[in-house]
Amino acid sequence: MTTRTPVVAASALGMALSLVAAPAFAQSRDQIRAVGSSTVFPFTTAVAEAFGKTGKFKTPVVESTGTGGGLKLFCAGVGPAHPDIANASRRIKKSEVDQCAANGVTTMTELKIGYDGIALASSRKAAPVSLSTVLLWKALAKEVPVNGVLVANPYKLWSDIDPSLPRTAIEVLGPPPTSGTRDTFNELAMLEGCRKLAEVAKAVPNEKARERTCMTIREDGAYVEAGENDNLIVQKLTANPNAFGVFGYSYLDQNRDSLQSAKMDGVELTAETVAAGKYELARPLYIYVKNAHAGVIPGIREFIGEYTSERAMGDDGYLVDKGLIPEPKALREAARILAVNLTPLQF
Amino acid sequence: MTDLVEQDAAAVTPSPAPSTAPKSRLRSEAFARRLRARHAAERRFRLAGAAAVALAALILVLLLGSIVAKGASAFLEARIRLEVTLDPAEVADRNYTALLRRALYAQFPQVTDRAGKRVLNDLLSSGAPYELEAMVAKNPALAGTTQTIWVRADDQIDQLVKGAYRRDLPESERGLGDAKIAAADALLASGALAQGFNTTLFTAGDSREPEQAGIGGAIAGSLLTLLVTMALSVPTGIAAAVYLEEFAARNRWTDLIEVNINNLAAVPSIIFGLLGLAVFLGFFGMPRSAPLVGGLVMALMTLPVIIIASRVALKAVPPSIREAALGIGASPLQTVLHHVLPLAMPGILTGTIIGMARALGETAPLLMIGMVAFIVDIPHGLTDSATVLPVQIYMWADSPERAFTERTSAAILILLGVLILLNGVAVILRKIFERRW
Repeated sequence: MTTRTPVVAASALGMALSLVAAPAFAQSRDQIRAVGSSTVFPFTTAVAEAFGKTGKFKTPVVESTGTGGGLKLFCAGVGPAHPDIANASRRIKKSEVDQCAANGVTTMTELKIGYDGIALASSRKAAPVSLSTVLLWKALAKEVPVNGVLVANPYKLWSDIDPSLPRTAIEVLGPPPTSGTRDTFNELAMLEGCRKLAEVAKAVPNEKARERTCMTIREDGAYVEAGENDNLIVQKLTANPNAFGVFGYSYLDQNRDSLQSAKMDGVELTAETVAAGKYELARPLYIYVKNAHAGVIPGIREFIGEYTSERAMGDDGYLVDKGLIPEPKALREAARILAVNLTPLQF
Repeated sequence: MTDLVEQDAAAVTPSPAPSTAPKSRLRSEAFARRLRARHAAERRFRLAGAAAVALAALILVLLLGSIVAKGASAFLEARIRLEVTLDPAEVADRNYTALLRRALYAQFPQVTDRAGKRVLNDLLSSGAPYELEAMVAKNPALAGTTQTIWVRADDQIDQLVKGAYRRDLPESERGLGDAKIAAADALLASGALAQGFNTTLFTAGDSREPEQAGIGGAIAGSLLTLLVTMALSVPTGIAAAVYLEEFAARNRWTDLIEVNINNLAAVPSIIFGLLGLAVFLGFFGMPRSAPLVGGLVMALMTLPVIIIASRVALKAVPPSIREAALGIGASPLQTVLHHVLPLAMPGILTGTIIGMARALGETAPLLMIGMVAFIVDIPHGLTDSATVLPVQIYMWADSPERAFTERTSAAILILLGVLILLNGVAVILRKIFERRW
């Protein structure tokens, strides 16, 4: 069967290539790897680039996997095969800390890098409106209480909820359930608005069931899942002045000339109102650093040093240009001390 | 059948028909109606076909038109002319930012306050000092001299020059301050701010600053990935096709393999990414984001395409060629290598190039193995972290800075250009190797 030789040889070559190469990868890594939230992604990449330009270390590689997916990768273990830094648009959960510990990731440093405000924006062609979390919940919940009983959301127009609102159809473009922005929107807008309504508590006495009712968004077309691409939402809003879009502050900031943000309980979305804690739909952003990798993967201390520097997250830092809402100075100092000492997170 | 006969008869009507019966049938009202109906049906069909082609062309023109309209401006970039005095002390200190700023302030002697100077600082790209540094590093003799150089402007200025900002809006809504616009206008008026060809777009790696971002890194990543894909899938695919088509016995096993290959060709590409994650990253412990792993995954994905195309090409070689070769005493291996394979080559090459073009445009499988990432450094080896062209397009499309919009379209144009090139090569190869019997 000499005729088969080239065939066998060729396929064996392919197999051999992947087999021979394998042991060579169990070596160390000289490039920091970060994974996680798509909201923190623009900030971590900006720091990574500035860090890389110092020329002492390779530019870190940053992946945008979503907060949950990122923490899962981060918690998968210690060693060069696992990422060093996780970006998160919410605080790490107890279950995730346990998962980390089970895989040997026992110490990590938590750094709060600033805030992101969620904008409820519409085209500048539309009249400016003032909303509240309660109004938002009524507009977007799947079931709302009417005369003490939960019914499928009957509101079609904004004016059905409150006569002072415009007589236009409720249409909100927002992120899908996989997005961190959606998680935050659910918690900050939907849950908060729902909690303020005593009727819901009466209609659904069970706390767990109530939380689910509060966070379930209607599926009859009033809320449109517009994908993870926030730029697309911006474009759609420009085309449709009656629609509102839910997305991060940085997108609003970059598109101020075509978009305006609705007031929440009379408070406008600006960097000042968020840092002062007045604007409701704002969330803190975190990065988590694997302490066991400091000193093993080169540059981790220097990288978080750059991240927490005044040049990056200060009031005039380059992260502010990217849309980050900075923390007050005293808290920034505290974060810097955490970063320098790599103080482990106590959960 | 009768219709055909009648048509033929209609074609020869000028000659006097000998029999009267068919003549009356041909001249009958019913016949003329049927003929008209058939001609009308034919015209409708042709019109529908032409309309379909026109619609497709229109959509293509709209798509390309919008991409070109959006992307064309990205091939130009705004640059600012500065007279930089390279003070040796500052050069030794690598304080290029101060050197550039001083040169810029010199063009605006009336600006003395801090706020005004900050506005001027923002006119320059944050990458400008690195440009100057690279220049001095290349030619250290420049220290101590005064040079006229053009450095990149900030992306907002770049967009302003290209007319992307609406000047009629009030300052608070425009996203770009009046002071900056005034300063940029002053520079424009004196000719110190101008547009030039955007080389950065082709040479630089990714960046969060649009004016410093380029697809150089993505192109290098795409090339490395395709290299691995080609090295693995082309020999394996052709070998498998030759064996299955020329040597393997027809039995239940080869049927099973054939069904599986056809199935694999239709499997969504993300599945190959999951496989890559589990096998190459999980089991073999290969690094994340490496073109080696990307290439392996793409090779698995294109392998069935190449096998199927190669088998079809081999099948198209007439059996007489094989019989003639065997008849004059060639061994089966000689028959395949000397006669069948060369004749099947145009078809095989076409299939391979189409498979490669698909691999070049693929992003989904790379998501799972970490090649959808922000990577600044240009990869130089198979295990360096890298991304590929379509991923770069996706990441730019997702960036909030508006200067990335045009760069996204420009990157799409470049990707389309590469694809047209690949398909063109496929056509040319087919023309060169084609043989008719």
